[in-house]
Amino acid sequence: MTTSTLPRNNRKKPLNWRRIGAWALVAVALAVTIAPFLWMLRTALSSNSALASNAGNLLPADFSWGAFKRVLGLQTTEEAIADGGSGAAINFWLYLRNSVIFASITTAGQVFFSAMAAYAFSRLRWPGRNKVFAIFLTTMMVPPIFTALPNFLMIKNLGLLNTMAGMSLPFLFMTPFAIFFLRQFFLSMSREVEEAAMLDGAKHLRIFFQIVLPNAAAPIATLVLLTFIGQWNEYFWPLLVGQDENVRVLTVGLSVFKSQSPQGALDWSGLMAGTLVAALPIFLLFIAFGKKVVNSIGFSGIK
Amino acid sequence: MMTTLTKHPGSAPERPRKNHGHKNQPAKRSMTSRLGDLKIALFFIFPALIGFVAFFLVPTIRGIYLSFTEYSILGEPTWIGIKNYTAIFADELFWNAMGVTLQYVALNIGFQTVIALGLALLMHRVAKSTFIRGALLLPFLVANVIVALLWFWMLDYQLGIVNEVMSWVGLPRVAFFGSEQWAIPTIAFVNVWRHMGYTALLIFAGLQSIPNHLYEVANLDGASPARTFWSVTMPLLRPVLVLVLVVTVIGSFQVFDTVAVTTNGGPVNASRVIQMYIYQKAFGESDFGYASALSVILFVILALVAFVQMKFLKGNESDLD
Repeated sequence: MTTSTLPRNNRKKPLNWRRIGAWALVAVALAVTIAPFLWMLRTALSSNSALASNAGNLLPADFSWGAFKRVLGLQTTEEAIADGGSGAAINFWLYLRNSVIFASITTAGQVFFSAMAAYAFSRLRWPGRNKVFAIFLTTMMVPPIFTALPNFLMIKNLGLLNTMAGMSLPFLFMTPFAIFFLRQFFLSMSREVEEAAMLDGAKHLRIFFQIVLPNAAAPIATLVLLTFIGQWNEYFWPLLVGQDENVRVLTVGLSVFKSQSPQGALDWSGLMAGTLVAALPIFLLFIAFGKKVVNSIGFSGIK
Repeated sequence: MMTTLTKHPGSAPERPRKNHGHKNQPAKRSMTSRLGDLKIALFFIFPALIGFVAFFLVPTIRGIYLSFTEYSILGEPTWIGIKNYTAIFADELFWNAMGVTLQYVALNIGFQTVIALGLALLMHRVAKSTFIRGALLLPFLVANVIVALLWFWMLDYQLGIVNEVMSWVGLPRVAFFGSEQWAIPTIAFVNVWRHMGYTALLIFAGLQSIPNHLYEVANLDGASPARTFWSVTMPLLRPVLVLVLVVTVIGSFQVFDTVAVTTNGGPVNASRVIQMYIYQKAFGESDFGYASALSVILFVILALVAFVQMKFLKGNESDLD
């Protein structure tokens, strides 16, 4: 810059057009990011039969709550067809329940068991510790599709296809990332409290539950959040082992709903209402804890 | 992640083992201290160990074994040596899938990295607010399936808003997902949209680790912003950029959800990426041996990609030292 002679706090002022240009770019990026979500909402609030004649209208075409009602099962088939729906059913509440169960179980198990392992890899001393940890970490490199095929065969042989157990088991015990993430925090904790507790005769289990876990509440909450979002969005594994209605999660349900529509006559407003409701928990979590998520993304956030 | 790893090679806070006063303890004590907390440690890693062995280690070995067999789920796998591999090398659909995947990776990573770098610089220079960063991250937090369906709608040939706007300005309509020529670029674009904010945040974290005084020195020397970017920012950002590239390229090679929801590999073979091909071989044609061999090849490719990137871009050396 040409202003190096000016005092420090003035340095930001000059070349205003450059800052304006930068802000304009930020605005464009924000618009490109947000606009599709608004379009999703606009379509969901339209009635499907009116979409064709109002393709370019920025407001909902023939405003109606019909699409939401249809997705949530509040419309009869006749009403749905009259409204421009395809008549294809989406058992939304069931899929929602399955998604909640699947994401909750796997998140709880994965974070808890990974925390236990991270404790052993950080606060305990035993021979071979770092080697075992390194071996655990190498699994991070294995592409999921590679283990998905044998895992599918195993789940099938165990007779667990189309069960919640079969869907959850591979995610339940650990991921290298979760262990790595928590180990970093456990390592940085002070030893003093722990040693004082030990002198009082506290056993490791008590130290883990009463000292380590509460002290790491913040990173654990972040990990729970990231894991839950990831599991909520999981598609490939549930597609393989959870095709059955009783265990089908929202991501799979939505893709089935899309492909069920007869001859390309898609129920777009129904589909957009479905995606919107399926993404709603993420939006809510984001509004509540967005800052935590944003700040957690850095080097250790690389997955 | 890898740099962080090499920086703390098992950096246990070596706790100064207190001697508890008694210097001349019998041999039994040194035995216990050598094994340390092994017993209790085993207890703590036990669940994770089950998961590791059952769902990572054994499947990896089994996957390699299956790649040398013919196996159609029914019955037992029969050993056929390297026949799957020789068949793959003569398989036109495999080479097509590789070509399609490479095209996707090139488009996806190319645009994504440049856009994300630009966004990261903007975040760093002018827009540090968490709100803006959060908003840009939003698409990444929404499921692949949802993003795919949203763009499938917006890019629809007849009713999609994008084609509508294009026809307003006099451009011809484009069958984004429906034409062989556009399918892969479109899918690549959708995922650029989904990942650009996330990638930008990773790069942004790297930018923040560059010491401010270097910028001040460059400033005092009268360096232009462009000069500062190429001589200060880029060299210091390189390790982070390499890491980001390794992670995003590896992820990009495994694109599946978006393809499965929108084109299902079509039209014809235009978007049948490698993971789609593996999926179809295994679950469409019940050819698990062949599919396993394909995934071994994908695994090897990804390992090579990571190795080459780390090696030639010197990702594990910082210029900061």
